[in-house]
Amino acid sequence: MGKKVALIGTAAMATAMRQINPDVVSAFPITPQTAIVQDFASYVHNGMVDTEFITVESEHSAMSACVGAASAGARVMTATSSAGLALMWEILSIASGLRLPVVMTNVNRALSAPINIHCDHSDSMGARDAGWIQFYSENSQEGYDNLIKSIRIAEDENVRLPAMVMIDGFITGHSTEILEILEDSQVKGFLKENKAPYSVLDIENPSTFGPLQLTDYYFETKKQEADAMVASMDTIKAVCKEYRELSGREQPLVDTYMIDDAEMAIMVLSSTAGTTRSVVRELRKDGIKAGLIKPRLFRPFPKEEIIESTKNLKALAVLDRSDSFSGQGGPLYSEVRSALYDLDTKPVITNYVYGLGGRDTTIDQIKKAFNDLSSVAKTGKAENLVNYLGVRE
Amino acid sequence: MEDLIEIRWHGRGGQGAVTASKLLATAAVEEGYYIQAFPEYGAERMGAPVQSFNRVSKDKIELHSQVKEPNYVLVLDPTLLESIDITEGIKDGGIIIINTHEPLEEIKKKINIGDRDIKIYTVDANKISVDEIKRTMPNTPMIGALVKVSDFLNIDSLLKAIRKFLSKKFPEKVIKGNLNAIKRAYEEVGN
Repeated sequence: MGKKVALIGTAAMATAMRQINPDVVSAFPITPQTAIVQDFASYVHNGMVDTEFITVESEHSAMSACVGAASAGARVMTATSSAGLALMWEILSIASGLRLPVVMTNVNRALSAPINIHCDHSDSMGARDAGWIQFYSENSQEGYDNLIKSIRIAEDENVRLPAMVMIDGFITGHSTEILEILEDSQVKGFLKENKAPYSVLDIENPSTFGPLQLTDYYFETKKQEADAMVASMDTIKAVCKEYRELSGREQPLVDTYMIDDAEMAIMVLSSTAGTTRSVVRELRKDGIKAGLIKPRLFRPFPKEEIIESTKNLKALAVLDRSDSFSGQGGPLYSEVRSALYDLDTKPVITNYVYGLGGRDTTIDQIKKAFNDLSSVAKTGKAENLVNYLGVRE
Repeated sequence: MEDLIEIRWHGRGGQGAVTASKLLATAAVEEGYYIQAFPEYGAERMGAPVQSFNRVSKDKIELHSQVKEPNYVLVLDPTLLESIDITEGIKDGGIIIINTHEPLEEIKKKINIGDRDIKIYTVDANKISVDEIKRTMPNTPMIGALVKVSDFLNIDSLLKAIRKFLSKKFPEKVIKGNLNAIKRAYEEVGN
């Protein structure tokens, strides 16, 4: 079995990258970049990996270099955060449109303006429709595990899609926590050969990458991409099962806590799930039937698991650490409501936008949401569907 | 010990408050605890007030909110007493350790805890670090002081963990200086 180590979150991600030993890493090395690529650069310098490490002048170029290398059939990784991901945006859909299994860590941080360096999910939620698989991690253990799994998933012949793994900026990224890491040999054994169906460097079998497709074929190509995302769910489940056998860690795509007899629950991504779980534990001591639902996967959207987890609830609050500025709540909320819409019986579903720009999400805030929920559960009605948690008004 | 110990470090940029919380976490890991160590990031510059935090528990730590009600508050720079309320949120039965050369009675006048059940300790970590490390670096001796007044770590495993941590970056002379500074602060901290 693996060994327990105390690492800051970014070092946990860099450790996973070292064990994965990608062929190429390209990254912009300056803020808003995190220490992930700094640590990785030292592994390259010290000869601990075989990686070609390409530093570039912007995240746009970093993802472009990743696209180039992945088109040659290389195993390619990068890392970014906040405005860095925003600057990659144009190239994100090129990576997914070309079906290139680039795998990246995104350390979730707010977007400007106002200028802010702290955690929220605006950056990755801005990229939710870019055709990338998206994992969200409660702590550095999950970040580490998700990154290793993502290589297998992205490179699988039935998937061939890029994947991004989120950890919460500062809360996880800059925090020292204990995690259990696998032996290098276990990671090596878990990964398979990256068999790219085509390579730009295969001069025996020349092929064209990224050609013009107008009204004739673009639509069909995009439909294939959409089908691949839906179909990737089978591979994701199979890889997660295999990883569970390797690591001993049970990590369902939609995790739950005390949900079986819960009347009300909070659904939340990433680190706030931990805080919420401790609140649920406390409420349960007072006999309050509260529960937690924590999706680890957001793309593809785990609709069946979400439905299963919510089936006994009277009231559900979905927490979003980003806003859609739509008046209709945040992105997780919209998708969960949509997923449950056709059911005959479903909970009343409310939304809380929380923690923007790193605003501390406290036990008291979570208790407030549960307090609101308990009256929603009783009356079957919510006064406001879309709410803001922890903001001064 | 309590189920969950929370610690807040106050310092100024450059004094090593962030490193102190990491070092403490490393030592606690050696004794089998679950830990968190995290800084409060803002405008990072030399001399600005900074905070960092620890959580220590025998059980897995799930809380990811900031530390608001610490059991221990450590102050690396006594001039902070004049500008911020270092007692904010401290739990009843809590302990404050101040790095200062001033007598305890003088320091107590600067800390407003009324008749609450809170103990204040002092140690001259600046002088100790100058003597032993040859520069003002109060963070490591403050960990020694904390270990003395708390009940969740022992000094031998702390020294072992610090040696392991520092040996990645520093020569033997610096490591020994730090270890001696920790031992002295462990002996000299008082109330």
